[in-house]
Amino acid sequence: MPLLSIKNLSIEFPSRYETDYAVEDVSFDLEAGEILGLVGESGAGKSTIGNGIVQLLSPPGRVSRGEIYLNDNKISDFNEQQILKVRGSRVGFIFQDPMTSLNPLFTVENQMVETILTNLDIDDAGEAKKIAIDLLAQVGIPDPEVRIKQFPHQFSGGMRQRVVIAIALSGEPELLIADEPTTALDVSVQDQILSLIRKLCKERQVGCLLVTHDMGVIANITDRVAVMYRGKLVELGSTRQILTAPVHDYTRSLISAVPRSSVRIDRFPLVEYIETTAKGLKQIDVSTHWLGQSKKHSGGENLLEIENLNLSFITQDAILARNRRYLQATSDVNLQIKQGETFGLVGESGSGKSTIARMVAGLQQPDSGSIRFDGVELIGNPNREAVQQIRLQMQMVFQNPYSSLNGRMKVNDIIAEPIRFHRLTPADQVSGIVGDLLDHVGLGRQMGRRYPHEFSGGQRQRISIARALACRPRLLICDEPTSALDVSVQAQILNLLKDLQDELGLTMLFISHDLPVIRQMCDRVAIMRHGRILETADSEAFFETPQNEYSIELLSLMPRFDRIYENEPAAGP
Amino acid sequence: MIQFLIKRVLQAALVMFIISMFCFSIQDSLGDPTREMAAMSMSDAERDNLRERMGLNDSLLVQYGRFVTRALKGDLGTSYFFKEPTLDVILKKLPATLELVIAASFLIITISIPLGVFCAIKPRHWFSRFTMAVSVIGISIPVFLTALGMIFLFSVTLRWMPSFGRGETVQVWGSWSTNFLSWDGFIHIVMPAIALSSIMLPLFIRLVRAEMLEVLSSEYVKFARAKGLSDGPVYLKHALKNTMLPVITVGGVQIGIMVAYTILTESVFQWPGMGFMFLEAVNRSDIPLITAYIMFVGLVFVVVNTLVDLLYGIINPMVDLVGRRQ
Repeated sequence: MPLLSIKNLSIEFPSRYETDYAVEDVSFDLEAGEILGLVGESGAGKSTIGNGIVQLLSPPGRVSRGEIYLNDNKISDFNEQQILKVRGSRVGFIFQDPMTSLNPLFTVENQMVETILTNLDIDDAGEAKKIAIDLLAQVGIPDPEVRIKQFPHQFSGGMRQRVVIAIALSGEPELLIADEPTTALDVSVQDQILSLIRKLCKERQVGCLLVTHDMGVIANITDRVAVMYRGKLVELGSTRQILTAPVHDYTRSLISAVPRSSVRIDRFPLVEYIETTAKGLKQIDVSTHWLGQSKKHSGGENLLEIENLNLSFITQDAILARNRRYLQATSDVNLQIKQGETFGLVGESGSGKSTIARMVAGLQQPDSGSIRFDGVELIGNPNREAVQQIRLQMQMVFQNPYSSLNGRMKVNDIIAEPIRFHRLTPADQVSGIVGDLLDHVGLGRQMGRRYPHEFSGGQRQRISIARALACRPRLLICDEPTSALDVSVQAQILNLLKDLQDELGLTMLFISHDLPVIRQMCDRVAIMRHGRILETADSEAFFETPQNEYSIELLSLMPRFDRIYENEPAAGP
Repeated sequence: MIQFLIKRVLQAALVMFIISMFCFSIQDSLGDPTREMAAMSMSDAERDNLRERMGLNDSLLVQYGRFVTRALKGDLGTSYFFKEPTLDVILKKLPATLELVIAASFLIITISIPLGVFCAIKPRHWFSRFTMAVSVIGISIPVFLTALGMIFLFSVTLRWMPSFGRGETVQVWGSWSTNFLSWDGFIHIVMPAIALSSIMLPLFIRLVRAEMLEVLSSEYVKFARAKGLSDGPVYLKHALKNTMLPVITVGGVQIGIMVAYTILTESVFQWPGMGFMFLEAVNRSDIPLITAYIMFVGLVFVVVNTLVDLLYGIINPMVDLVGRRQ
């Protein structure tokens, strides 16, 4: 008898005009103590299944067909009162973002005790508190007696997710549903949280349904995998079989789109299954076109030189200078980026990598240090005309394609704005160039009349890239350009960036926390921690023989696709 | 904490300074105070004499300098009309206005929060739609119209309610006269309080509803449900406290604005408070009283906002009053 059995489950979201089928005819079983990965890209319906099990679908979503059994209880037929007794006490939930899943206004104690009092047969708050402290100790929170009195914002992201796990386990559930439990966390923390979930599931014989889009996570923790595509279950099998010998076309395409950390490949193959791009759009010859005219510079020397760059933020203001406290965002950063190369800046959140990008782009003024572009000093240079000319040659692609485009402007105007502002061409040529740009990034010129909200995340990032290219930059600063995107879309965007670099001779400063992406994209790499650069090396050398201790640790923790977790983890996590 | 209070006192001083300058700069256009003070038969020579004695012939700067020196000693001048210190006049009128504002705030708080929460929880319920529709009408009707309508219906036609004045008041703590301790006083304050709250109430219902809707779609509310909590604690504990944060911020500003709105309400109901007094002072060109009143209201704004910030800091553990980033 399986712990959880889902039979022919369909979930639909009826609206006035049409019914959207989020999940169609999905069936699978989950045994006690087993971790089943539910993998797929955004909109595949994987989270919907998790919510559907405990009837937490946001209206108007509803289970239209199928049965859900939890230890032979048909919970899909449970009414409001019955399902309340299932939530928390029989099924525990872990959500994606630990920053938002805890209520900021209540202490951890308050939030844990209420859960324990609701779900266990306990009436005494003191006893509940003892259980809560015990649980916090089990999930690895030091000084649980002290920390239980604190508010969520006093915990780091990883610690917060541990609290969420402790709350999920506090009702002693039979089933744990973890919805992207590590997506919002840094690599090193992700590894700890995944190990913790695995350990707790095995010890307590709790079944776990792990919803994720990350193949690395799947490889490291799950026993079996179910692959979802547009609401349908396309493949179900052991983790090893799915990752090494996928049968379905979609699974193959998905796996080929995942950046490998083990070997660098030229372009991602087979990524057209999910979001097809229009073919035959690249009709312009870049070498003669307006866009290619910035390619006249020759390679060799350093394009960008950064020396002793320092910046600190005030974390605690005071009237007296000596009482102020500072956070050193970057300290004595030195780096050189050669003409035509892709330079990767890696580090965990808060390491200062984005701050460097902002200082290079002129969005943030450093406290001291120098930034030279093509020999021209950008910091404190009295010749503002020259600096302005240089700024034009550096453009930025931002992380979040949903907020970095002005939703009230048409795509044509978004891309034309820098050209018009800097008067780069006569006014009558602008629309032609914008069209060529849209063609070139794979969108097609007829898309220019639309507004940003009409595009998917990947398409929007293409618009961002086109906008950056409109200034004919020599240096493209990409700040986590694909971290908000699905893997297959990420693969397409990375391919596009590589193509553009080859054609236009672009130099790139590529910032990412994702080591496999860095390996695929970058020629040289600098690794950052606490505002300092620890190591700068050629990319291949860095991944094969890292020198710094922190680099070695980070590389060993990175979820690796080729290291599949087996039931007896012999060699560590 | 002390740092926060020092900051606030300095800010208040700056606000007061700007307000006093503003008041002084417009006094010339308010008319001649001697016209109201003196008898019609007063000769021009006597009138000039009076002006000279009151220092009205000095230049504006000299007058202002005199005013600031006195104000720093706690003397905001003497009312031309009442012939007593303006501060005393204001403090005498203060209980009436303050009680009116308290009664109106009480109405707003006790009605808007339950209604707003209900409309957020059950947005499709007929009562929610009805409340929303009525609130639009409420926002669009000016205070004086509501007040006149109520007087016409309940005082003139039905003769249920008194139409003006404070009625019988009870003295507490020596000089404070209150409406709340006698039936006659209570029945007198009902209609003015409703009229005063009528413009803010719909606004707050809509604000509570909007904030609650946003909180209900947050992850922690979903997580609270996933923990197995039933509707009661999810709505009233997890959601409501978060809803209150922006409501408190807006509410603080609105209480100050309500003190200003009393001018309308008090003149319609002949309520002997500060607002009514201010209106008369403007008619009589009683410049010291006008200046003192405006500065007093400014002070009320600053004090209320400081209290609101303190309250906000107590409710929200993430806020540090001194402005440290956490």
